[in-house]
Amino acid sequence: MKNFFRISFLIALFFGFQFNSNAAEKVEYLKTDWSFKGPFGKFDRAALQRGYQVYQEVCSSCHSMKYLSYRNLVEEGGPEFSVEQAKAIAASFEVKDGPNADGEMFMRPGRLSDKFVMPYENEKAAQAANGGAYPPDMTVLVKARGGGVDYIYSLLQGYEDPPAGVTLDDGVYYNKYMYGNKIKMSNQLSDGLVEYSDGTNASVEQMAKDVTTFLMWTAEPHLETRHKMGFKAIVYLIILTVLVYFSMKRIWSRIETKV
Amino acid sequence: MSEHEYTPKSKVGKWFNDRLPLLTLANHLTDYPTPKNLNYWWTFGGILTFCLITQIVTGLVLAMHYIAHADMAFQSVEHIMRDVNYGWLIRYIHANGASMFFLAVYIHIFRSLFYGSYKSPREVIWIIGIIIYLLMMAAAFLGYVLPWGQMSFWGATVITNLFSAIPFVGEGIVTWLWGGYSVDNPTLTRFFTLHYLIPFLILGLVVLHIWALHVPGNNNPIGIDIKKPSKDTVPFHPYIVIKDGFALLMFMIVFAFFVFYTPNILGHADNYIEANPLVTPAHIVPEWYLLPFYAILRSVPDKLLGVIAMLSAILILAALPWLDTSKIRSAVFRPLYKQFYWILVADVLILGYVGAMPAEGLYLLIARIATAYYFLHFLVILPVLGFKERTTPVPLSITEPILGGSPNLAAVKKKDSFKDQ
Repeated sequence: MKNFFRISFLIALFFGFQFNSNAAEKVEYLKTDWSFKGPFGKFDRAALQRGYQVYQEVCSSCHSMKYLSYRNLVEEGGPEFSVEQAKAIAASFEVKDGPNADGEMFMRPGRLSDKFVMPYENEKAAQAANGGAYPPDMTVLVKARGGGVDYIYSLLQGYEDPPAGVTLDDGVYYNKYMYGNKIKMSNQLSDGLVEYSDGTNASVEQMAKDVTTFLMWTAEPHLETRHKMGFKAIVYLIILTVLVYFSMKRIWSRIETKV
Repeated sequence: MSEHEYTPKSKVGKWFNDRLPLLTLANHLTDYPTPKNLNYWWTFGGILTFCLITQIVTGLVLAMHYIAHADMAFQSVEHIMRDVNYGWLIRYIHANGASMFFLAVYIHIFRSLFYGSYKSPREVIWIIGIIIYLLMMAAAFLGYVLPWGQMSFWGATVITNLFSAIPFVGEGIVTWLWGGYSVDNPTLTRFFTLHYLIPFLILGLVVLHIWALHVPGNNNPIGIDIKKPSKDTVPFHPYIVIKDGFALLMFMIVFAFFVFYTPNILGHADNYIEANPLVTPAHIVPEWYLLPFYAILRSVPDKLLGVIAMLSAILILAALPWLDTSKIRSAVFRPLYKQFYWILVADVLILGYVGAMPAEGLYLLIARIATAYYFLHFLVILPVLGFKERTTPVPLSITEPILGGSPNLAAVKKKDSFKDQ
C-alpha cells in the first residue's frame, strides 16, 4: 500500500505544479455559491430561465450563441422550458430560409430545430457596429476564459471609474477584472434592468449570477448527466476495486511467504 | 517461445495450432514466468496498454463525427460535445486520456530509470520504448491541433516553425509541412491523417516492446538475473493479471475523477476560442506533459541550438544503456545513484514548472540551470558514478538471502514482502 501513497503523492505533485502554473497572474474574483459546482452540482432551473431572459434582453443584441438551438431550451438538464414556451421563443425570431421554388431567400418564424439567430450578418458587421471590437460568441465563453464563471460574474460587476493617471479612449471602459483593465463593452447591467417574471428582484448581482449560470449551461449542456454518471461510475469502480483487492490477496496467499 | 512444448488438448485445437500456433502463444502468455517480487511500479505497463486501447477506441468514434476542415473543425467538436450521443463523454475520455497516458508513461520511464531496467540485456526493449514515447509526443501534439482552437493553431505554428531553424532548407521544410505559407486547412487535414496513423504504429511497436521483453523476461526490484521458471517466479496468470487489474482499477478511479468532475482542468481555456490567425494568445503554452522539453527549448538563446538541445534531451535517453556504466541494475544497491535519481526527478519537475512560466528573469535562470543539470546527469554523473560508486551487496536470488549473511538482508526482505500486503 505504501507505493500507492507514493504514486498519489507524485500525481498530486504533478498536477499541483500544473494548477500553480495556471494560477499565475490572477486577480481575486468575486465569489458566489454556484449550484452546479461539486460532484453533485445541478443547475438551478429558475436561475437558468432568468439567465436566458437576461441573455435575450441584454446580451443577445451584440453576442451570438451560434452552437445553441431553440430545441436545447427544452432538453433535460437545461432551463427546461416547456415545448410550447420554447416554440413561442423560437417563433419570435425571424429566420432566413430558402431558396424557395423561385430561387428566392425568404424570412419565416423560427422553429425549435433552428440555431439561435445571430445578431449580425458576419464578423465584419459585428466589428463595424462595435467600434472595431468583435463581441465574442457566448456559447462556450465560460470555458474560453481562465477564470471561468467567477471571471464572467466578476467582470459584469467590475466597472468603475478609472484610477488617476489612466486615460481611456472613446468607447473604452475601465473594468478591474478585465485583462489589462480596458474593455470595449460598456457597463450593461443596472438594477431593475429586466423584469423577472418570477418576481425575483433584478439586482445587478442577481442578473450577473443568473446570466453566468445560463452561460455555464450553454458551455456544458450535459453537466448534470456528467455529474450523475460520474458518481455512479466511481462508486462502481471502488466496489470492483475492493472485490479485486480481496481476490488478489486470496490468489497470492497460495505463494509461500517465507523469504 | 519455440522451446515451449505445448499441445492443445482438443483435436480441433491441435489441428489449428499445427497450422497457426496461436494457442501456443496464448499458453506462453499465461505461463510466462514473472519475478514474484515485482512492486506496483511494474503495473504501469499494463496500464499503458489500457491507455493505448482506450485512445484508439474513443478516437475511432470521434473520427466518425469530426470534420477535418479549418472552417468546420471547431464547430464539429462542439457538435460532438452537444448533439452526438455521449459525445461529451467520449471526447473528455480521449482528451484526458492523453494526459493519463503521459502520466503513466512518465511513471513507467522513471521506474525503469530507478531499477536500471534499460541495462543489458534489455537495451532493445528500452530503445523501442523511447521510439514509442517520441511517437506519443507526436500523436499528442497532432491531436491537440485538431479542435482548431487558438492554442491548437498557435501551438502548431510555434512547433512547425522549429523546423525553420534547420540551416538552408529550414524554410522550405516548414512550407512543405504546412502545405502552404501558413498553418491552414492543408495543415489540418494532414495532421488529422497522421494523428490517425500514429496510434497504430505505436500499437505495432508495443507488440515488439512486449516481444522483446519476453526474451530476457522482466527485470525486478532487486535487479538480478533469475532462473525461470523457479521459486523466484510466478506464472503471469493469475498472479500478475489480478495484480495489474487491481492497479488498473485504482488508475481508472483517478481517470474517472478527471473525466467526470474536472474535464477541462488539464487543457488551456484559449482552446475554446476558435482559431484566429490574426490574434496571438498572450502566452502560447504546450500541454503539461511537454513542458519540461519546452523549458529546455526556451532556455537556449539560439533557435537552432535550442531545437538541438530539446531533441537531444529526448534522444540522450536512447544512449542511456551505454552512458550508465554501472554493472548493478537496481538503485536499491546504489546509494549514490539513488540520491542523484531523486535530484533528476526534482530537476524534471522544475523544468516542467518553468516551462509553464514566461521565459524571463528568474524563471529563465532556473530553466538554464535545470537544463544544464539535466545533461550533466546523463553525460557526466552517470558514466562517472559507474566507476566510483561503492554498491552494497546484491542477493543471489529473490527467495534466498545473500550467502554469508548480508548487512542488506533487511532491504531484501522489505522488497520481497509485498506479497504479504
